[in-house]
Amino acid sequence: MRDIRLLSEPFNLGLLIGPFTHAHPGLGGVCTFVGEVRGGDGVELLELSHYEPLTLPGMEDLADRAFARFELMGLLMVHRIGPMQPGEPIVCVSAAALHRRDAIDAVDFCMDHLKSASWFWKREKRADGWHWIEPRDSDHADIARWG
Amino acid sequence: MAVRIVFLGSLQDIAGREEMEAAAPLDWARLLEAVGPDCAAALQLERVHIACAGTVLADKVALLAQDGDEVALLPPVSGG
Repeated sequence: MRDIRLLSEPFNLGLLIGPFTHAHPGLGGVCTFVGEVRGGDGVELLELSHYEPLTLPGMEDLADRAFARFELMGLLMVHRIGPMQPGEPIVCVSAAALHRRDAIDAVDFCMDHLKSASWFWKREKRADGWHWIEPRDSDHADIARWG
Repeated sequence: MAVRIVFLGSLQDIAGREEMEAAAPLDWARLLEAVGPDCAAALQLERVHIACAGTVLADKVALLAQDGDEVALLPPVSGG
């Protein structure tokens, strides 16, 4: 199963991951990462913008590369766009495989590329207004691990 | 017909707008002229990319947009 989506509304994790897991009888493992909008830094709202002609095609290309690189039975990659509140899920990547290492590494690979090499632009609203967020040095170091 | 220029992310703030139109054909020099000096300076940064008609250019200086093309100005990304 391959499920790559952009969503403009909050998503229910169970409704995504349950069917995804059940679609792969005989799997050896499922690894799921869920990213949420961090609270506590004075962030009132987060907004994710995208560019229609590139963003979803770029995620499909990322999924192609994950399937080519790891032995996967399935891959789910869901990313929110639009405004969202602290505590809301912003991204979910789940991989099913016969062996755990492929599932874990595929999720790690996809997340590193979603963070700093996919067509999204993130800004946060704090008390003093909107701030554009750029990847941190550690994000660039993370993606460099994959060569 | 013309070329539609779309500003993404922080370039919207720098340009003060989300999109504009420019006469075709639009090359790199004409693009820099069209978007104004602040945005032109940002476009020259290595981390800023340009897409034309849905394809990210390997060499943005080689831009040559035709009538009806959409040119997207893409600052550093941040997702997840």
